[in-house]
Amino acid sequence: MLQYLVKRLLLMIPTLFGVAVLIFLLLRVVPGDVVEARYLTQGSQFQSQELMNLERKKLGLDQPIWKQFAGWMGGVLRLDFGTSMWTGSPISEEIRLRFALSLELALLATVVATLLAVPLGILAAVKQDSWIDYAVRVFSIAGLAMPSFWLGILMILAMLIFFKWLPPMVFTPIWVNPWDNLAQLIWPALAVGYRYSAVATRMMRSSMLEVLREDYIRTARAKGLWLKLILSRHAMKNAMLPVITVIGLEFAFLLGGLVVTEQVFNLNGLGLLFVEAISHRDYTLTQALVLIVASVFILINFATDIAYAWLDPRIRYR
Amino acid sequence: MAVTRENFDRLAQARKRRPRWLQAAFDFARHRPLGAIGAVIIVVMAIVGFGAPWVAPFDPLSTDYAAMIARPSLTHWLGTDAYGRDVLSRILYGSRTALIVGFGASLTGSIAGALIGVASAYFGGRTDLVVQRIMDVVISFPIIILALSVVAILGTGVHNVIFAIAIPMIPRCARVVRASALAVREMPYVDAARAAGFGDARIVLRHMLPNVMAPYLIMLTSFLGQAILLEASLSFLGLGVQEPIAAWGLMLRGAAVDFAETAPWMAIFPGLAISLAVFGFNLFGDSLRDALDPRLRTQ
Repeated sequence: MLQYLVKRLLLMIPTLFGVAVLIFLLLRVVPGDVVEARYLTQGSQFQSQELMNLERKKLGLDQPIWKQFAGWMGGVLRLDFGTSMWTGSPISEEIRLRFALSLELALLATVVATLLAVPLGILAAVKQDSWIDYAVRVFSIAGLAMPSFWLGILMILAMLIFFKWLPPMVFTPIWVNPWDNLAQLIWPALAVGYRYSAVATRMMRSSMLEVLREDYIRTARAKGLWLKLILSRHAMKNAMLPVITVIGLEFAFLLGGLVVTEQVFNLNGLGLLFVEAISHRDYTLTQALVLIVASVFILINFATDIAYAWLDPRIRYR
Repeated sequence: MAVTRENFDRLAQARKRRPRWLQAAFDFARHRPLGAIGAVIIVVMAIVGFGAPWVAPFDPLSTDYAAMIARPSLTHWLGTDAYGRDVLSRILYGSRTALIVGFGASLTGSIAGALIGVASAYFGGRTDLVVQRIMDVVISFPIIILALSVVAILGTGVHNVIFAIAIPMIPRCARVVRASALAVREMPYVDAARAAGFGDARIVLRHMLPNVMAPYLIMLTSFLGQAILLEASLSFLGLGVQEPIAAWGLMLRGAAVDFAETAPWMAIFPGLAISLAVFGFNLFGDSLRDALDPRLRTQ
């Protein structure tokens, strides 16, 4: 068991290193750099080649590429992501508040999705091929089809027209005022959570259908057990496994992948920060963001695998 | 209608006269009505998209400053946008953009992915290991972030957006196709081909690739809806298809949000078009998967 864990953890290192190399190279292929981006916004009077080269030297952009990479990696190993090339402030500071926002939104959306998906999936499976089943399936396929940013626009529109009310547009951290915080974040969480629940509902339904055909369920029914008890004690536990995987993977994507929804709800999360960073050609910030999001993705992947093996004794570690 | 001897024969004859592909389509529609609905949506989309010059009431680019942000009326069925362009016409033309980007991106991504997956499984050993690790790396990027990075390198516009959407799809397709190709590799006919002295390229392309068609088609159809959604997202951010080309995501951008309260038609109808298109592709894809892969039938 321990050996398996260590082996899996060690396997993460080359993948993360690959992510680092890939984003580092990708950014160097993007035309332009941070100095050009900055002078473009400040107007042309500063645009002397000399000044720009001086600026590049200050940022270390004049050094050979391998040296830049080695310097960056050295910092990352000490968990120091350096300073943002655009603002000049430490990246940990730039990211902190936005990470909190994205994490909270992802968690809220996961709660919404789980609360929708588990009961709906079970209901659809138990009443397979009835109108309830069809309704749930259409509901979830529709959730997959609707862009969540459009759903967000519709929600804002509905609130404006029917209640003459708009959710607050300035982010309040939960530790400052939990009520304001929730009033703002619940809407994007619902918009994203619906789509997210669609994936999970379909998985819940299909794995429940499979489990309901197992011998131990038939045994439980044969001995006259109450149906609710069979579902909650016997079937749900076993059917949850693939659903947990789906929820875990989607969660990882929510953390950095909500660019458009953040735009609609005017939230300064990691997704929008990434768009800003890349349009500023802010190499250090972009690299840090990608590495963090990829690490979370790989860690969650790892965690779901472990949860799998832990929840299902039939799965053996290798 | 009762099945009498006479009309049974007639039905059997009608069956025979139809070409094979048409018969397959009829069987698919009868057994999977939901899939048939999806297929109908796709076909209608293709007809109005490519027939837009004849179907659309207005030129999607012609501006009419006398009728800016006009309500839906008999002349402008779905109203006009901030430049006085007809929303219905732009939606019809946008269908073409969505189809081009959707098919372009998912075909590019899935063909590249399938080739990599099959080759990786065929060569096995160290090649397989290295290729799989590279795929792991690419998969760790959230799709939208990888797509945005590619757009930053290539720039915006229809062709670049197709690439930007295709690239994140490659490793996802490669993984699935590789899994089935591993089983195909052990088939006697692959050994036979190798014994006959065929080259690697020929075995991969002619012997293995056709036998992983089922998972390939399943991936392709599931990518189609996703590609349309991604294109809409990128265009909505202003990083996809550029004005004045008619694209659904683009139509939701800017004025559509700013004037949403007074002119909701600008925000509602393009979003409905996206949803309907993706809905159609998903319905069709689900049914196709059920038909092609008996193991997944319960999903």
